[in-house]
Amino acid sequence: MIIAIPRLPRWPRVKESFFSKERLFDSFPRLLDAFVLDIKIFAWSTPAIIALALLLAIARSSRNPALFPIRIFVIGYIDIMRGVPVILWIYLIGFGVPGVGLERPFNSPLLWGSVALVLTYGAYIAEVFRAGIDSVHESQRAASRSLGLSNTQTMRFVILPQAIRRVVPPLMNDLVSLQKDVALVSLIGPIEILRQAGIDKAKFANFTPYVAAAIIFLMITIPLTRTTDYLLARERRRTSSTRVR
Amino acid sequence: MKLELRDVRKSFGSRAVLAGLDLKVSAGEVVSFIGSSGSGKTTLLRCINLLEPIDDGTILLDGDEISKIGLDPNPIRRRIGIVFQSFNLFPHMSVQRNITLALTQVLGKQDDEANEIAKSLLTRFALADKIDSYPDQLSGGQQQRVAIVRALAMSPEVMLLDEITSALDPELVGEVLDVVRELKGSGITMLIATHEMKFAQEISDRVCFLDGGRIAEQGQPQQLFTNPSDERTRQFLRRVNF
Repeated sequence: MIIAIPRLPRWPRVKESFFSKERLFDSFPRLLDAFVLDIKIFAWSTPAIIALALLLAIARSSRNPALFPIRIFVIGYIDIMRGVPVILWIYLIGFGVPGVGLERPFNSPLLWGSVALVLTYGAYIAEVFRAGIDSVHESQRAASRSLGLSNTQTMRFVILPQAIRRVVPPLMNDLVSLQKDVALVSLIGPIEILRQAGIDKAKFANFTPYVAAAIIFLMITIPLTRTTDYLLARERRRTSSTRVR
Repeated sequence: MKLELRDVRKSFGSRAVLAGLDLKVSAGEVVSFIGSSGSGKTTLLRCINLLEPIDDGTILLDGDEISKIGLDPNPIRRRIGIVFQSFNLFPHMSVQRNITLALTQVLGKQDDEANEIAKSLLTRFALADKIDSYPDQLSGGQQQRVAIVRALAMSPEVMLLDEITSALDPELVGEVLDVVRELKGSGITMLIATHEMKFAQEISDRVCFLDGGRIAEQGQPQQLFTNPSDERTRQFLRRVNF
């Protein structure tokens, strides 16, 4: 590829408009500044998403017959949130809710864009947690209940800690995905990295800012996944004796 | 009577696993249950611990009906310990935490006191050096001994042992049975489901042969093993080469 691509007839033009060194160095600091907003949205959305997802997953996994209506509600909620593209929820919630005439600061598209992310990703990640909860063997529940722990205590001390450990890899997968979807919030106004890249692109008629944005995303997402792998491996070493080669 | 079962019935689908079982166990008695796989030994113990709701009949603990629908099972389970065939230790907790979890969360003991109880019980069963280990780092025999300690730490009045050596290598069975022998010495009431005929004969005050969801024959171990009166018992003992 390295040999073949530069021989393509229009390569020099593509190279100039996507990989211009000058444009890269010019846009990079601006994009990095704009990226701070992405990180902020990610940082405040993630705890809310995890909390909502856990709540939904626990409610859906509950065995109390009295909670049947709540289970039905949660199933419906997850189906609806997952069944519609994230970008549509960002439009609907981000434009719709402030439209009812909220005052500042409650009419900010940033706020409602984040809320849309929380509500949709909460539903996605709830299913990840539920799969984790279901994967803990019934005998663990039996052992816990036989010691006199209540359903709630069993969930908190025995089921959830094991469930969460098991779903860390798919969870990280979704968080990396979230880190990228944060950029969708730009479509309803806030100037974050993707929008800033668009502005730079338009100004200089050059696509390099998009490549720069991609590099900046990778600078965050790759360390994020590597760190998770490391933490998981460490946990495995700590709690088990031997590993099969 | 410490424990009494009257006409207990339990079905899974159309299969009746317990078909009107009656049983009386006095305080301090050690009763073993033998019988082929599927004869209801495990289900019987799980019903007594209220892990399985019974379909019909009555279970009494110290004369109180514990099988009533809607009764909070947690205070009752504190009084009845159970040890499972597959150990069921909590893999994400150290040995110590496995033991202290219910002590602190159910009995409301302080951490110090709970740790002290765990330590002294582990010492008593020669497991003191494993206190910080995780279940995965222990042999099957050690795991099962920890599981017994975990149940014992709650000071139950009745211990249910559900085929606790069935998942172990033959060479590890001995150390677990030694623990049960020691328990018998402490005078706790025990119900044991087992495939270890020799052990049942040695440790039990009474042996019950289960067949078709009922107690087909019961008696002192010597009598039941050497001179069974029921044809089904004879056939079963012949099948297991006893």
